[in-house]
Amino acid sequence: MNAPLLQVENLTMRFGGLIAINDLSLTARQNEITGIIGPNGAGKTTFFNCVTGFYKPTEGRLTLTPPDGGTWPLQAMQGFRIAKKARVARTFQNIRLFPGMTVLENLLVAQHNRLMAASAFSIAGLFGLKSYRKAEAEAVEKSRQWLARIGLEKSADLPAGSLPYGAQRRLEIARAMCTDPVLLCLDEPAAGLNPKESLELNDLLLDIRQTSKIGLLLIEHDMSVVMKISDHVVVLDYGARIAAGTPEQVRHDPNVIRAYLGADEDEPLPAVVAKDLGEQ
Amino acid sequence: MNYFLQQLINGVTLGAIYGLIAIGYTMVYGIIGMINFAHGDIMMIGAFISLIAFLVIAALGVTSVPLALVLVLVCALFFTSAYGWAVERVAYRRLRGSFKLAPLISAIGMSIVLQNGVQLVQGARVKPLAPVITGGIELSGAESSYPVTLGWLQIVIILLTVALMAGFTWLIQRTSLGRAQRATEQDMGMAMLLGINVDRVISMTFVIGAALAGVAGLMVTLYYGVVDFYIGFNAGMKAFTAAVLGGIGSLPGAMLGGLLIGLIEALWSGYGSIEYKDVAVFAVLILVLMFRPSGLLGKPEVEKV
Repeated sequence: MNAPLLQVENLTMRFGGLIAINDLSLTARQNEITGIIGPNGAGKTTFFNCVTGFYKPTEGRLTLTPPDGGTWPLQAMQGFRIAKKARVARTFQNIRLFPGMTVLENLLVAQHNRLMAASAFSIAGLFGLKSYRKAEAEAVEKSRQWLARIGLEKSADLPAGSLPYGAQRRLEIARAMCTDPVLLCLDEPAAGLNPKESLELNDLLLDIRQTSKIGLLLIEHDMSVVMKISDHVVVLDYGARIAAGTPEQVRHDPNVIRAYLGADEDEPLPAVVAKDLGEQ
Repeated sequence: MNYFLQQLINGVTLGAIYGLIAIGYTMVYGIIGMINFAHGDIMMIGAFISLIAFLVIAALGVTSVPLALVLVLVCALFFTSAYGWAVERVAYRRLRGSFKLAPLISAIGMSIVLQNGVQLVQGARVKPLAPVITGGIELSGAESSYPVTLGWLQIVIILLTVALMAGFTWLIQRTSLGRAQRATEQDMGMAMLLGINVDRVISMTFVIGAALAGVAGLMVTLYYGVVDFYIGFNAGMKAFTAAVLGGIGSLPGAMLGGLLIGLIEALWSGYGSIEYKDVAVFAVLILVLMFRPSGLLGKPEVEKV
């Protein structure tokens, strides 16, 4: 079993009287894809917002232990430091590229911190010093490699907003990867993709896990994605964890079936739902 | 014809100064969506610092004009940057995310604080500075009835402005800081998630804007030869008009708007009445707001559903 990367302990998030996440504990491991599923409103995206610092959790701890050492208490960190120091990256359900910037610039801006350090906060950059030019060239090279990987080499100088939907999704993932994350949080990356694009996405995510050896957190409604590529699945309902295990275990868990259907556990699954859950 | 040419030269010089100030308005608006009404007063601070620096440098016995100019420029840049940073830190940062009018009111307050602070320390009387750069090139022949002069000072102002605008455009388009600024402008939350220190990027925006306004202050001191605590208001309002005319949020728009406002003011003074030059400029503001609120180069506001 791989070493733990993100440990969530007793996480609770309240908005006034509403409890969005209730005493949630889970572990995401290095070099694994952890799928997070649950009905609408189960608190999946809220969980991501807590991990990436958009929300400050009401209670609980989120501890990140990257393979290269260090321990980061995410619940106590400022938003941009979570990305910069703890190196957590994220994509959104509704794509959030910088539409007015070019495809290449979207990837370069993700490498901002390294470039700023190399340019001594732009001062060296203003004078065109060699160290900065070298760092800039490396950043461009890295971006080009990612563009090749997601099949967008030819679109480097187009505005990101003009790309087709599927390409924007891939670009958003590439941009997140350009920050050199140890944990990548993907919020419904397959939403709105056609079956072919969805398969390509599976390959891309498996490839990222394979080559970058990082941990991935995956929120997804498309069961064909979750069940096929997750190493571990956590099921949320009403902000609490109702099941966890391998895709196979979760698929047969009576709690999960009940949460999705509201049905008695003795009743057989309707055919459509069984297919959705990946039961052959 | 000669008269027109002379007004054109005067207008371009004036436009360069307005353009430099307008960049500060448009940049701040672009990134955090507020009008920094204290920006004109930063220019006034720059003018005072230039005046003081000239006097100090002259007292120290520096006689070389180019050397004195460079030293004064460095002083003005340094102190106005510090002012720009401090104003954002003190008056605006805590109000970010508050309701929209709060930073605007705070900016007006900051403007009054700066004006009255300078009035208190420097006195309300107009302060003169002996001309530093004199002379120029006679462009028309001796036989002509109206001599056209392109002053050395005007050349310095125009060249310095062009150089600063080119450097600034390069900074925004080609450096990592510029990319971070554009990213922050488009989606602040997302920029944060990519590890960009958004607070620092916003601080840098104020610093750069203030530095450009500081240079404009130096130019005003040299060009008019007098400063008082109130010059920031008028020049600031005209630069704001320039930013709106060009399309607020658009950097080339601010440069173009500055140039146009300078030309309108010079030509109106030359052919109309000099007493009404401010009326002409602000009439342009009203017309733009009525007929093309997004400005010449601005993008029309898209109604978000």
